[in-house]
Amino acid sequence: MAKSIDVSDLNIYYSDFLAVENVNMTIKARSVTALIGPSGCGKSTFLRTLNRMHEVIPGARVEGKVAVDGQSLYDSAVDPVEVRRMVGMVFQRPNPFPTMSIAENVLAGLRLNNKKLTKSEAADVVERSLQGANLWNEVKDRLGKPGMGLSGGQQQRLCIARAIAVEPQVLLMDEPCSALDPISTSAVEDLIHELKEQYTIVIVTHNMQQAARVSEDTAFFNLAGAGKPGRLIEMNPTKKIFSVPDEEATEAYISGRFG
Amino acid sequence: MKAGSPKRRLGDLVFSNLTRAAGLTILVALAGVGIFLLAQGAPGLTAGKEDLRGHANFLSYVAPLVFGTLLAAVLALLIAVPLALGVALSISHFAPRRLATVIGYLVDLLAAVPSVVYGLWGIGVLGPKIVPLYEWLDKHVGWLPFFAGPYSNTGRTILTASIVLALMVIPIVTAITREIFMQTPRLNEEAALALGATRWEMIRLAVLPYGRSGIVSAAMLGLGRALGETMAVALVLSASNVVTWNLISSTNPSTIAANIALTFSDATGTARNALIASGLVLFVITFVVNFAARAIVARYEPGRKK
Repeated sequence: MAKSIDVSDLNIYYSDFLAVENVNMTIKARSVTALIGPSGCGKSTFLRTLNRMHEVIPGARVEGKVAVDGQSLYDSAVDPVEVRRMVGMVFQRPNPFPTMSIAENVLAGLRLNNKKLTKSEAADVVERSLQGANLWNEVKDRLGKPGMGLSGGQQQRLCIARAIAVEPQVLLMDEPCSALDPISTSAVEDLIHELKEQYTIVIVTHNMQQAARVSEDTAFFNLAGAGKPGRLIEMNPTKKIFSVPDEEATEAYISGRFG
Repeated sequence: MKAGSPKRRLGDLVFSNLTRAAGLTILVALAGVGIFLLAQGAPGLTAGKEDLRGHANFLSYVAPLVFGTLLAAVLALLIAVPLALGVALSISHFAPRRLATVIGYLVDLLAAVPSVVYGLWGIGVLGPKIVPLYEWLDKHVGWLPFFAGPYSNTGRTILTASIVLALMVIPIVTAITREIFMQTPRLNEEAALALGATRWEMIRLAVLPYGRSGIVSAAMLGLGRALGETMAVALVLSASNVVTWNLISSTNPSTIAANIALTFSDATGTARNALIASGLVLFVITFVVNFAARAIVARYEPGRKK
């Protein structure tokens, strides 16, 4: 069910401000693609155009084309709500619904789809999703407890479970480990390795070791200067990016000479 | 071992005592009101028939008033809260920003209208205009005890009074819930949207649960206002101190506050004490309502450990 993503001539705006310019990129199915680059270069902004979360911000809009398996996301006939059900997202800070229990959090997406679930179906989904997020063993005895009672790393895995419970085609992750300690980070990275068997994963990260560890392909974004739009500088297999990148700017960023 | 006492700075000392004094002032004022009501109301508790306008004892005198007070306030809340939540949500999440600002100002303006103006509007405009509605209710759903009729020809019923009260409560409830809805963490809203929630589903998943305790407090503040509101009710209601569920007839229960306002200047001696005692009852009711509200809010505090 995983799908590839084709992005062509994408310009991303906040009102009149051009934030990201002319992105062309192909994201492979069933693999992990990492987006790296200095702060403010537009990688998170770009990520949010892949499930139409960008336009949630007043005045934000895009020009160009994003297609998931040939289906354009920005056709006028396409409902953004449908897009977001197909393309799941995990955020920088864990954001379980504060008033819901662990199980309710996992089921939140399915309940939105108006699916009538029997008790045993719901229990199956909860177990499968929490297993998928490597959280089952830690929480199976307290599924009815509030999701906010978990540790930060557990909350983030709960959010991943919530995202995969609806079986999306693509999973977007916006710096999913930046608020986590090294142990939780490693748990989430292991999880990413397992998830790519089934999902197309796009991950934004500031941690270059992380990009090197988890991804097959890496895209490097950069700014031409303050107030100028961000651009995609280079996209290549991760191995190549971290050894012999095509662009000098990539080399400079990765070796820590700037950014 | 005793910890070394930290150095006391003059500014801290002055400020902490100032705030303490401010806090104490509230307590003193409240205690003063309570003591006044107790001292002046006590003789009224044992008042006889002639001072209670025909009622045998204080309890049977005050019971219909308590009933009327609660009925009018609860009805007002039933009308006001859904409307206020709708207005607050449209300001915080639906209307374009410029329109939302205008609506916000207008609602705040409603709060500044004096209650006597609401009362006059209730008698002069709403009352006469609403009579056809009462006629219709009487004819079509008259089998419900609430609309049993015969309907009032002047429209000066407890339902009209409640509608006027509702209009006075809406600005308070709207203002508070709007502020709370606007503070919903962006993170929670985006969590819902990213799962494929529509705008309404996002509100249900993220905004309303976050605002739940705030909604309860706002409703209780509104209830407090409705319970104590005097002028509008005194003007609108044609009251006869009875207990009835009939909302549209011309015999209506009065409220404590309106009853005091209407009869206090003519009352003397023990009759006056009885009125003050009924004020004490109102005082206690508002206390209970507020404490109940606190308890409810505390129970629903998001993220509370069980």
